[in-house]
Amino acid sequence: MKIVVCIKQVPASNDARIDPETKRIVREGMKAILNPFDTYAIEEGVQLRGQFGGEVIALSMGPEKAAHSLREAISLGADRAILLSDRAFGGSDTWATSYALAKAIEKIGDVDLVICGKQAVDGDTAQVGPGIAAHLDWPQATYVLKVEEASREGIRVRRMNENGYDVCQMGYPAVLTVLKDINRPPVLTLKGALAALKVDIPVWKPQDIDADPAKIGLDPSPTRVVKTSPPPPRNTVTKVIQGAPADCARELVKDLRTRGIL
Amino acid sequence: MILTDKDHKDSFRNVWALAEVLSGEIQPVTHELIGAARALADARGSEVWAAVLGEGTASQAEELIAYGADKVVVVDEAALRGFSDELECGIVEGLIRKYKPEILLGAATARGRALMPRIAVKSVCGLTADCTELGIDPQNGDLLQTRPAFGGNILATIRSSNHRPQLATVRPRVMKALPKDASRKGEVIRERIEAGDAGKIKQILEIFQDKESVVNLGHAQIIVSGGRGVKGPQGFELLRGFAAKIGAAVGASRAAIDSGWISYSHQIGQTGQTVQAKVYIACGISGQIQHLVGMQSSDLIIAIDKNPDTPMMQLADIAIVGDLFEVIPEIIREIDKV
Ligand SMILES: Cc1cc2nc3c(=O)[nH]c(=O)nc-3n(C[C@H](O)[C@H](O)[C@H](O)COP(=O)(O)OP(=O)(O)OC[C@H]3O[C@@H](n4cnc5c(N)ncnc54)[C@H](O)[C@@H]3O)c2cc1C
Ligand SMILES: Nc1ncnc2c1ncn2[C@@H]1O[C@H](COP(=O)(O)O)[C@@H](O)[C@H]1O
Repeated sequence: MKIVVCIKQVPASNDARIDPETKRIVREGMKAILNPFDTYAIEEGVQLRGQFGGEVIALSMGPEKAAHSLREAISLGADRAILLSDRAFGGSDTWATSYALAKAIEKIGDVDLVICGKQAVDGDTAQVGPGIAAHLDWPQATYVLKVEEASREGIRVRRMNENGYDVCQMGYPAVLTVLKDINRPPVLTLKGALAALKVDIPVWKPQDIDADPAKIGLDPSPTRVVKTSPPPPRNTVTKVIQGAPADCARELVKDLRTRGIL
Repeated sequence: MILTDKDHKDSFRNVWALAEVLSGEIQPVTHELIGAARALADARGSEVWAAVLGEGTASQAEELIAYGADKVVVVDEAALRGFSDELECGIVEGLIRKYKPEILLGAATARGRALMPRIAVKSVCGLTADCTELGIDPQNGDLLQTRPAFGGNILATIRSSNHRPQLATVRPRVMKALPKDASRKGEVIRERIEAGDAGKIKQILEIFQDKESVVNLGHAQIIVSGGRGVKGPQGFELLRGFAAKIGAAVGASRAAIDSGWISYSHQIGQTGQTVQAKVYIACGISGQIQHLVGMQSSDLIIAIDKNPDTPMMQLADIAIVGDLFEVIPEIIREIDKV
């Protein structure tokens, strides 16, 4: 089975810096990590490979240093990795990102399954996984909390929703986005990390994946960030209650009774 | 689709809300979407349309008019029993081609977050996730979509000037539903589809209602929520006792969930649920922005913390400085007194 796992490198902290011109997140000079949700996607790929053989290919679009996260994916069990990196990809929104990733998946060829994390912790959109499925016109199952059964013909998964869950069956090729509940990724080992350092990670440009220049990057992206601002403060006058616990409790309960809450 | 010129832009009209349907039932978040759509349509001088996809939904469609919809398009077919992303996406694509909405709002739920990005890609339009504020640019009529990014540390305003329709998702409990008004008039339009071989693409084998493990914090009037300061599962037992006493639901910060003290379904915040409680009681939660974005629109916020200087204690209407393990048992005792 040929499995592509899409991973994203995300800033390690939430101290966002925004480019005043493009209004996009400045990724240069930020400490970056592998998107935590994507480690579950990698592990799920590794487990399916254990069952059927084949290979797990980690794929990412981002600046050159995203190769670090791809190496991490390799030390977590991916066989090889590909990085999409070029100025022309910069500023892509989720539509354009999922387009580029879909083109790369086509280029890789004969892919049976694409696995994404539930969402990336920087943008929190959860849009790229279904976006890839739509560009490829493949079926999708999102919020997957369990693979119930995989065979050579298809895959049966449990999808979470607000009421509980459902079970659906799809043939290949298909796209999954997975939740944290799906597995327990292994702890990174030094040996794995060192081995991953030796792996060569090819960098693909738009022309390598036959990407239409009118569909990638900032300008063609359908959405545009036009303004960023700090969250508004909540205007409250705080009533502070302190002292002996019993006194605090008495005062609070009295207050809540006055308000008609208790 | 990509707009070619001004006339093309003007050919897209009305604000649509895509109903959230689970197990054949229209969910309350749909009323909130219609409420948000109503304000936008009024600003645009256009109509609110609701689209309802699901088996057995036709009989529920009329009610959406009472919540503010002018027209309701219903696709009620057996093929829509379960949630088939591909089939539903195809239907909405068709509706977009036929009716050319200017704006389409969906719920930021498991279903909406699967369906809306697929529609956006297929229909070549922009989609903004988890909007907390929606408005109309008075200059050119574009939808201005504001959403928290970077864990809530910034608010980004996003527009999609060159594509129509403009798509956005909104979390449950973020927008307000209009009061139900049974005298409102509107029209229900029944659409039929050819399901074709959709069943071959994906089969929905089983649907489980698992209300036990689903903690519906969204509907709780009072929430007692615990964080790292609760120190462990026993601490949450104390909170459960407190919550039971005052008829509250139990929530938690991510730190408490990551420590394994309580399950993910209790998480409140950016990567958990959004709540809008009458009373939110934060116990041992420092109030990092990612948590605040999920609860700060609650009416009355009470914080119990040893440290008076945390963001949560600053934000709270009532801040109790003290050890929660001492204060909470005293509160329970005090309530029992009468
Ligand atoms: C992308 C991203 C998404 C996130 N999403 C979420 C989210 O959805 N929800 C969320 O909650 N967090 C989220 N977080 C995590 C968030 O940044 C914080 O780490 C988390 O909210 C902190 O939880 P806490 O307040 O319980 O813990 P802490 O910050 O450690 O606060 C514990 C508080 O308890 C007090 N305390 C300790 N002992 C006692 C005692 N005996 N009595 C009284 N008070 C005591 C302390 O003074 C302190 O104020 C997210 C982070 C990232 C990066
Ligand atoms: N630039 C990217 N490169 C590779 N995979 C990505 C990228 N952006 C998002 N993804 C994948 O899509 C998932 C959802 O991301 P998002 O839609 O940004 O929340 C992530 O967990 C990744 O699996």
